[in-house]
Amino acid sequence: MLNFAGQLINLFAAMLLLISFAMLSQRRVLSLINLFALQGLVLAVSTTVVAYSSNQHHLYYSAGLTLLLKVLVLPWILHRLIRKLNVKWDVETMFNIPTTMLVGIVLVVFAFNLAAPISQMAGTITRGTLGIAMACVLLSFLMMITRSKAVPQVIGFLAMENGLFFAATSTSYGMPMVVELGIALDVLIGMFILGIFFFQIRETFDSLDLKHMEKLKED
Amino acid sequence: MEIFWILAIPLTGGLLLALFGCRSFAPELNATMSFATFVASAFLAFRVVNDGSFSVFNEQFFVDSFNVFLVALTAFVSFTTSLFSRPYMRIEQAHGKLSINMLRLYHSMYQLFTFTMLLVLLTNNMGIMWVAMEAATLTTVLLVSLYRTPASLEAAWKYFILCGVGLAQALFGTILLYFAAEKVLGAGGTALLWTHLDAVKSQLEPTVLSLAFVFLLVGYGTKVGLAPLHSWLPDAHAEGPTPVSAVLSGLLLNVALYVVVRSKVLVDGALGTHFAGDLMMGFGLLSIIMAAFYLSRQKDVKRMFAYSSIEHMGLVTFAFGMGGPVATFAGMLHMTVHSLTKSAIFFAVGHATQKSGTQLMENIRGLISTNPTIGWGLAIGTLAILGMPPFGVFASEFLIITTAMHAYPWTTPFLLIALGVAFAAIFSRMQEMVFGPATGQRLPHPPALIPVFVHLGLVLLLGLYIPPYLADWYRQAAALIG
Repeated sequence: MLNFAGQLINLFAAMLLLISFAMLSQRRVLSLINLFALQGLVLAVSTTVVAYSSNQHHLYYSAGLTLLLKVLVLPWILHRLIRKLNVKWDVETMFNIPTTMLVGIVLVVFAFNLAAPISQMAGTITRGTLGIAMACVLLSFLMMITRSKAVPQVIGFLAMENGLFFAATSTSYGMPMVVELGIALDVLIGMFILGIFFFQIRETFDSLDLKHMEKLKED
Repeated sequence: MEIFWILAIPLTGGLLLALFGCRSFAPELNATMSFATFVASAFLAFRVVNDGSFSVFNEQFFVDSFNVFLVALTAFVSFTTSLFSRPYMRIEQAHGKLSINMLRLYHSMYQLFTFTMLLVLLTNNMGIMWVAMEAATLTTVLLVSLYRTPASLEAAWKYFILCGVGLAQALFGTILLYFAAEKVLGAGGTALLWTHLDAVKSQLEPTVLSLAFVFLLVGYGTKVGLAPLHSWLPDAHAEGPTPVSAVLSGLLLNVALYVVVRSKVLVDGALGTHFAGDLMMGFGLLSIIMAAFYLSRQKDVKRMFAYSSIEHMGLVTFAFGMGGPVATFAGMLHMTVHSLTKSAIFFAVGHATQKSGTQLMENIRGLISTNPTIGWGLAIGTLAILGMPPFGVFASEFLIITTAMHAYPWTTPFLLIALGVAFAAIFSRMQEMVFGPATGQRLPHPPALIPVFVHLGLVLLLGLYIPPYLADWYRQAAALIG
């Protein structure tokens, strides 16, 4: 049973990594939000499996919180935002996708190497997935760097938080509940503030393209 | 009980001001709330210094002489800044830069920002520390973009993204810390409590802790403004309203550094080496040197003083990195005097830019002849921050440099050259702004300069004579973090 659960968790971890790569190469804002919601769903399901197989009851709550926040609330806010901002059908022109993917593969190798000594020490059944969690964090970071529009950058930021959440689950069955609640609250407030902020940017620059915002530099 | 009030007052203040922030009494309400927080923190400080450290609410909150000194400082500077912001924001409103709704946002966020900083300082839980630190970023993002100018929006975006990514790394560091702690303390709520971690620090897994510290230092270091992670700092300081620059520079950077120092204590205990200290010294030294050389290239007065903040935070990080009773004492003293002096400078600079209608230094001239108090405030503040005797900054810098000479002689030339370059850059600019033929207009409201001279007076006092009571307090704290 435990072995089967372990296999299942590995499968979900692989799916997470795959979704991270898909997000890296996705140019349409709308699909990006759907991918983000899918990532949240996989995360919630895998957390539930971990909770069931390791008898860690507080993980059920984190899984529920993930489902509520990252699958329902945040994608809903994002959908509303892009509709109101009229960027729903935006397609981004991106710097050379194959190169980005290759850099992504290098990052995955790096993440596995970095995670190897730590996962050896972990006593959780999910320890093998720490490398994947770190890879997801790094890939979201790469995504933030390669994007020049505000909404995809923020999705990259949220995806990074997903990766960190996964890292916490795989090393130590999540963080203490009060901390997880606090982090969720921060993410939610942050999303509201960004929503306001997007409108301010649009009002001032007439677009959400960040290339208008490169004036402040040291000369 | 004091802890409850210290946190409850700014939180209610934030909510009240969100409701009544558009009334004409909002600035006074803001100042009253900050004053009440300050009174509560003064009571807490007396209690801790007399009775020693204690924890409350199921050990979720913890005070010792190290954090209570920062609590008192934070509450004090928030209070004086709220006094300064009263006329300052009225003048901004009279100049047509702010609408009434922006002011409401400003007052409400100001109180909530104070709340998040005090929460970082008072909580015992390393996870909640992270949560509050992130909340501090979120509350200030909209403050930095308050004027809605293209430059301020850009600065706020940069601030949000860079600090967000930085704090994401700090979160990973916290996860690693929990991972190490949970093996010793068992899973659940208590494994991230600092007091518990401190009790078992020698049993924590050294490899995990050293990796965790790297992430924590890089993460929170972004917020401290350590080079090369500092690039959000000058923009956010220059584009936000001046009271916000004053609290960002004088308080937020200290609070972020506080978290780094707390983590350092744990890592030192687990490793038994000087690894954490070496890293902090490296980052500190790099920040001092980098900031000193950027200083001379600045044209915007607030940007220049922002770089000066990077320099001084580098110096404090360096001092805490060296460790030992004298350097730690000097680091804390420097934190105090830097907060007081830098916020005083920002107050004076704020009114100077309002008079001249620009932040470009070449257009700010002759402050002494048109408004002597602003001029003298800026001149004395600048001399103090440059480390001239008899001000307190001189005392702390002297202690830091002499300790460095004994313990790490090779760092001395770097420190001295950087301080010299910074002196040359800032002093000549200050002279041109303060003396010379006058430009500028009259302000529609009388400026508030009492906070400037109160701060500078305190810095002068700390330079001439540190009351034995205060010295004892600092020594206790230095012994705690060693």
